Amino acid sequence: MDMERQTEIQTVVDEHGRENLIVLLGATDVDSLALAAETVVSGDPSYAGPLAGVSLGLPVFHILEPCLRAQFPADLYKEKLGLVSMVVDLPAIGGALDQFRTMSPPE
Amino acid sequence: MTCKAAVTASACVLAHVPSFVRYGSKPSRVIRQDGAFLASLESRLRGFHEAVAYPPHQVFIGNLGPQALRETPFPWYENPSSDAAPSGPFGRIASEKEFLVLLKRADACGLVQFFGEFARVQEAGELDDPPAFAASGENQAAALPLFHNDEVVGSFRGDHEEDESLTASVLLENLAAKATAYLALEQLLGQTDLSDEPPPDFLINCSEEAVGDRYQRGGGNLAKTVGEMAGLQHASGTDVKNFCAGPLNAMVLAGSLVAAGVFDRVAVVGGGSLPKLGMKAAAHLEKDMPVLEDVLAGFSAMVTADGEGPQIRLDHVGLHRIGADHTQQAILESLVAEPLDRLGLKLSEVPLYATELHNPEITVPAGAGDVPRTNYQYIAALAALRGEIDRTEIPRFAEKHGLPGFAPSQGHIASAVPALPHALRGFRDDGLGRAFFLAKGSLFLGRMTRLSDGISFLLTDE
Repeated sequence: MDMERQTEIQTVVDEHGRENLIVLLGATDVDSLALAAETVVSGDPSYAGPLAGVSLGLPVFHILEPCLRAQFPADLYKEKLGLVSMVVDLPAIGGALDQFRTMSPPE
Repeated sequence: MTCKAAVTASACVLAHVPSFVRYGSKPSRVIRQDGAFLASLESRLRGFHEAVAYPPHQVFIGNLGPQALRETPFPWYENPSSDAAPSGPFGRIASEKEFLVLLKRADACGLVQFFGEFARVQEAGELDDPPAFAASGENQAAALPLFHNDEVVGSFRGDHEEDESLTASVLLENLAAKATAYLALEQLLGQTDLSDEPPPDFLINCSEEAVGDRYQRGGGNLAKTVGEMAGLQHASGTDVKNFCAGPLNAMVLAGSLVAAGVFDRVAVVGGGSLPKLGMKAAAHLEKDMPVLEDVLAGFSAMVTADGEGPQIRLDHVGLHRIGADHTQQAILESLVAEPLDRLGLKLSEVPLYATELHNPEITVPAGAGDVPRTNYQYIAALAALRGEIDRTEIPRFAEKHGLPGFAPSQGHIASAVPALPHALRGFRDDGLGRAFFLAKGSLFLGRMTRLSDGISFLLTDE
């Protein structure tokens, strides 16, 4: 995750408090997704950015996970995410995020 | 179809420049912070023969078809091509020594100075004393050492003490782009029988460098300088930029110029990106891999009004418009579905799609995924969304209509155009019939907008 994005996340956390935030991820590559999740849960693994050594512990979800899909109007979801949802490996995405979650996402 | 613009030839070239990896943007920044990184980097640089035998490079210059990579097990760097050669039907791989000579030939302003053995390529006169080499924070016009085989063989100087656009590092980027664009043009002209066909009367350069001084940073024009180097006395030229989509924008503009009768023959050229050398080297070293981003790439194509070759369907170019949504889905609908609908074609009626062709062996270890594979899956998913194929057929469609990634991570050069010479061979020898080219540009990187862009066209022999 680039430095600028890490700074933005730190600013939002300072402004709203970590207890009021969740992180909604969209990366479809599992490795990239895991890196992003690790950064906002345990800190920047590359130790290069503002979140190096900062354990925010934010809850992480992927926009294509079933628990979130139900939150969007079906037509809008199909229009914006129908294509991507046909291609991604959802179990792998869930698995990649589970290692950074302290509680399971709702069914 | 009312407009005629044929693509008659295309070339792809590489210059293997391991000693220049230290001047890539990322390696040079890391080296400034951690001097030990340079030694790690140098310990995993490849020799010329290794780079030549690397299977993706053999595909790039046409000695292997892209499908050969599907039969080559990973890691590709440990499975060299047995019949590898530095020259192929589409172009060649220049060694670092050849590149240094090319750099000198490209240098119209005395920026390059060689010492010792390399001084023989110096055009005239006695060698001056070696200039002081730059250290961070010092005089911006100071010189950079040029290395070859771990030795300093020359220097590259900046040309203005207070101009950030004329520092040695910026001018080296620009001259490297010029030299590799020239190499691609030279190979293109070599494919063309100039006794039958006149040389191009216009050149369009789509490289990603920024030529200019402090008052017009990036003003250009590299195209004309490349034509000058090739001795094209009767041609002129200009530059076209659009991040990674630049080459396809240049192809559409070249086609439009010949179709409109402005010019008879337009050559599109693109040189390599020195800042992208070693971009993901840290990840490669961490995984005990060689430094794979050790080549500069170049591309060229000839577009003519009356030549033999497939036509660019200029009447149905695909665009990602300013007001369009920028989800993956919306971009692909704009670039693929919309123009094909206008042409009355189904997605499955195009046998070959050319999109970003980055070598996955470079990108996957750095966490950037297999870009071509993902893009082809999206195109296949679009066919499924439109009811052309069943969802279960997505992987098969992606493989049948797509290519494995084989291009070095040289940005614009990796974006669709390395498929062009392969497609031309397919049209000529295998009855390919149609090929669809699409490219996306990351406009947001320049901080002027949050938009991205894209352009596409169908190449057809109908």
